[in-house]
Amino acid sequence: MSSQRHLALVPAFNEGRNVASVIRDIHAQLPEFDVVVVDDGSTDDTVQQAESAGARVVRLPFNLGIGGAVQTGFRYALEHGYDYMVQIDGDGQHDPAEVRRLMRTMERRPEMDMVCGSRFLRGSTDAPLYPAPISRRTGIHLFAFLLRRIVGPKISDPTSGFRLYNRRAIELFARDYPHDYPEVEAVLMLHHNRLDMCETRVRMFERGGGQSSISAGKSLYYMIKVLLALGVGLARRRPVIESGEPPAVAAERAL
Amino acid sequence: MTDRIQLLAIVGALALLLIVLELVRRRRFLERYALVWLACGVVLLALAVWRGALGFVADLLGIAYAPNALFFIAVGFVLVLLLHFSLAVSRLTDQSKLLAQRLALLEERVRRQERTSSDDDAEQPVFERAGSP
Repeated sequence: MSSQRHLALVPAFNEGRNVASVIRDIHAQLPEFDVVVVDDGSTDDTVQQAESAGARVVRLPFNLGIGGAVQTGFRYALEHGYDYMVQIDGDGQHDPAEVRRLMRTMERRPEMDMVCGSRFLRGSTDAPLYPAPISRRTGIHLFAFLLRRIVGPKISDPTSGFRLYNRRAIELFARDYPHDYPEVEAVLMLHHNRLDMCETRVRMFERGGGQSSISAGKSLYYMIKVLLALGVGLARRRPVIESGEPPAVAAERAL
Repeated sequence: MTDRIQLLAIVGALALLLIVLELVRRRRFLERYALVWLACGVVLLALAVWRGALGFVADLLGIAYAPNALFFIAVGFVLVLLLHFSLAVSRLTDQSKLLAQRLALLEERVRRQERTSSDDDAEQPVFERAGSP
């Protein structure tokens, strides 16, 4: 494994209070990982904090939302030839030590293209269950239920962003990644492109600060939007385009 | 159709056509977006002037009062235009996302090269070398 290159992607939007400690934690726990922070147009000192903590920083000129920020990370990983990329949120919710668990799962099952850290799988460890508010948990379980109908019985936590990707998944998502609330749709995209994924149990912290990409008031909008995306994703014959075909994004298509 | 409502329809359609043409002439309006507007103005003007056609369309649609058919068609055009704009906005959103991402990645690359070249005390400016493959 020594010749392979690993990237830790930290998407951050106004996480000046947490991002430095997250980066230092990654450096301490995961010395073989390069750290890149994608700053999603923050208006606080996120960039300075990240740079002084020793991370590479990709600065988006304006706020793209979590999907656009994470896709920037996939493009970075693709351009710089990384074999594995793990996403660790900038708010301190994901514990870098738990990446080892994702890595072990990937090593044990090399046919997997994505290993997703789940808060809801029950395992042998005595880690506490993630204390999400009941409204959000309901949504998560609804998505999990729907996804299980579509992609099979391996999904318990479809909104977790704590994910390890291999090269094939990086290539797929660098080309096309959902816009607003990407995690659920990304599972569906993997399935449609015949890539495989599995989950492994992880411990997560409560958010250290900053703003969640899903505030309480937006929960309903979030659910409806993701349900629409799931339905439309099912209706697409091939959601992602093979190389040589017209791109999937609206951007490249003439009206 | 009373003369008054016909006059109103003709004036309205003409005004629409003239405004669109004038905006295109001043380059405020890209032709590709103007085309739908022009088609809208031409059809509305034709129906407003030519009563027989409007009556025929109204009969076809089962509308008793012919001028209502004109409004019906106008609303249809408005919907098409709105759809057209939503498509355009979606495209622009996606394009600006792509641009922002490429810009950010390039900027990171340039800044890193600048840092290493200033460490090496290189003489060439960075931007010239950044373009070479």
